Amino acid sequence: MSSVLESQNTLSHAHADILALRKDFPALQQDVYEKPLVYLDSAASTQRPQAVIDAVVTHERTNHANVHRGVHQLSQRSTEAYEGAREKIRAYINAGSCEEIIFTSGTTESINLVAASLGKSRLTDSDEVVVTWMEHHSNIVPWQLICEQTGAQLLAVPMTPDGELDLDEYDQLLSDRTKIVAVGHVSNALGTINPLEQIIAKARDADALIIIDGAQATPHFRIDVQALDCDFYAFSGHKMFGPTGIGVLYGKSSLLDAMPPYQGGGEMILTVSFKETLYNTLPYKFEAGTPNISGAVGLGAAIDYLSDINFEALAQHESDLLSYATTEFIKLPGARIIGTAKDKASVLSFTLGDIHAHDLGTIVDREGVAIRTGHHCAMPVMEHFQVAATGRASFALYNNRDDVDRLILGLQRALELFA
Amino acid sequence: MNDLQELYREVILDHNRHPRNFGELEDANRVVEGVNPLCGDRMTLYVKIIDKKVQDIRFKGTGCAISVASSSLMTERAKGGSLDEVESLFEQVHEMLTSDITGSSINLENLDKLAVLSGVREYPTRVKCASLAWHALKSAIAGSEDKISTE
Ligand SMILES: Cc1ncc(COP(=O)(O)O)c(C=O)c1O
Repeated sequence: MSSVLESQNTLSHAHADILALRKDFPALQQDVYEKPLVYLDSAASTQRPQAVIDAVVTHERTNHANVHRGVHQLSQRSTEAYEGAREKIRAYINAGSCEEIIFTSGTTESINLVAASLGKSRLTDSDEVVVTWMEHHSNIVPWQLICEQTGAQLLAVPMTPDGELDLDEYDQLLSDRTKIVAVGHVSNALGTINPLEQIIAKARDADALIIIDGAQATPHFRIDVQALDCDFYAFSGHKMFGPTGIGVLYGKSSLLDAMPPYQGGGEMILTVSFKETLYNTLPYKFEAGTPNISGAVGLGAAIDYLSDINFEALAQHESDLLSYATTEFIKLPGARIIGTAKDKASVLSFTLGDIHAHDLGTIVDREGVAIRTGHHCAMPVMEHFQVAATGRASFALYNNRDDVDRLILGLQRALELFA
Repeated sequence: MNDLQELYREVILDHNRHPRNFGELEDANRVVEGVNPLCGDRMTLYVKIIDKKVQDIRFKGTGCAISVASSSLMTERAKGGSLDEVESLFEQVHEMLTSDITGSSINLENLDKLAVLSGVREYPTRVKCASLAWHALKSAIAGSEDKISTE
């Protein structure tokens, strides 16, 4: 009995620690339209804690120089900071080596890199690439482009009415023609958390390569790429409390090694002559040109920040917010939740009567509440649910129940205005 | 709350609830599709132009209150107008939506009922919603049966 109490105690301590994180985010301490800002658009981009802002500023003020190129002091510091960030990321996602951590400008570039490079080396017109109806456009269009170039077929796993992937259909789509399966870990438009273990195991059975779009997963869970056993995992710094313009592609080194470069330029070569160019080793082969150095440093600081967080307590906090928001929202007349998967990240996508999402967005904005409205770069999802647009409130570690109350108040205003 | 009421004036809410000239126009000789990629809204504008006059005009599609009301108000006003009149109306509405009225030559009185759209100016992210239909009309008059987009 006492041990149950004790563990409840530790958990409530951990929860208090989570609630205290909000004060680390200076952007959240401001008013908009003379009301305290309620930021519920973290799925589009999270705010940054002071520690990340400081790390970027310090780097810019004192350590900036190009990386890997100079013998001088600043270039050494800059290189150390850049490579230091790579190592932090490696350790955080449990990759086998730093060769497997490629810095990109974000998830979009990470996926384009894999698609272009694998497309060139692996796809023919008798092959198939499998994506899903739930994907963000950035995990659809790069595959469409590469399929056009190679003649491969693009297939999409459909969704159930709740917004879960239809795994029976997935089984049907897989065959010996399947070369690549590209799936989102968490849907940005619906919040659905996909059963990756099952999805990856089935792709393995079909001998397909598996690429995970993790853009929406990294702010909520700690990823272990070896436990997942995916071939590639893509994510963005700015969705996990880091800067924009920096992201990561994790790839198994055995695969990356065999893949042709994505872009050509400096950094990615060993020697260049007009007869022959020798490519650099991993990960540099895929990092052409001067990288986003301060972005990488900022992402490293975000990883440090996340490393101190109790993810079990965070999961409980976010699930509490989502269920509170869901309960309060469905009390409103005309409330409809888009995406009711059993396993959901803290994303509430919705419509309210026949008030257009765009109008809802404007009205709650004037109440100080920032939500996203529109198709969320996932037009097939909108088509599936037969809606033109939804409102989306997405919750991150710094949100609390007051934020939910303010959202509901804002939506009530909209109902009054449109009554 | 006051400035929200500036945007969502009664006339706008009414035209959103009961859009005028809504639906297809079978004998239209110009059909233009307008898309607002930001929110995924689509509208199709049907215009019947005879003797340099807008004989008839209708629209259909989905959109936010601003875009539906703007379309509805536009069709109401443009119907029966000469192409020159409609063209000049476009210019005036465009200026009303995008520029600061004080000190500008725009006379809101000329615009009559359309002046209710002036509140949109304070909402830069919503200007495209209000102007979509007008761009579609302009391209219908220009004779192109194209898809137009607010981007
Ligand atoms: C699921 C998902 N994938 C990919 C992306 C693209 O990320 P980025 O714009 O950072 O490249 C996003 C961002 O909206 C996303 O939510």
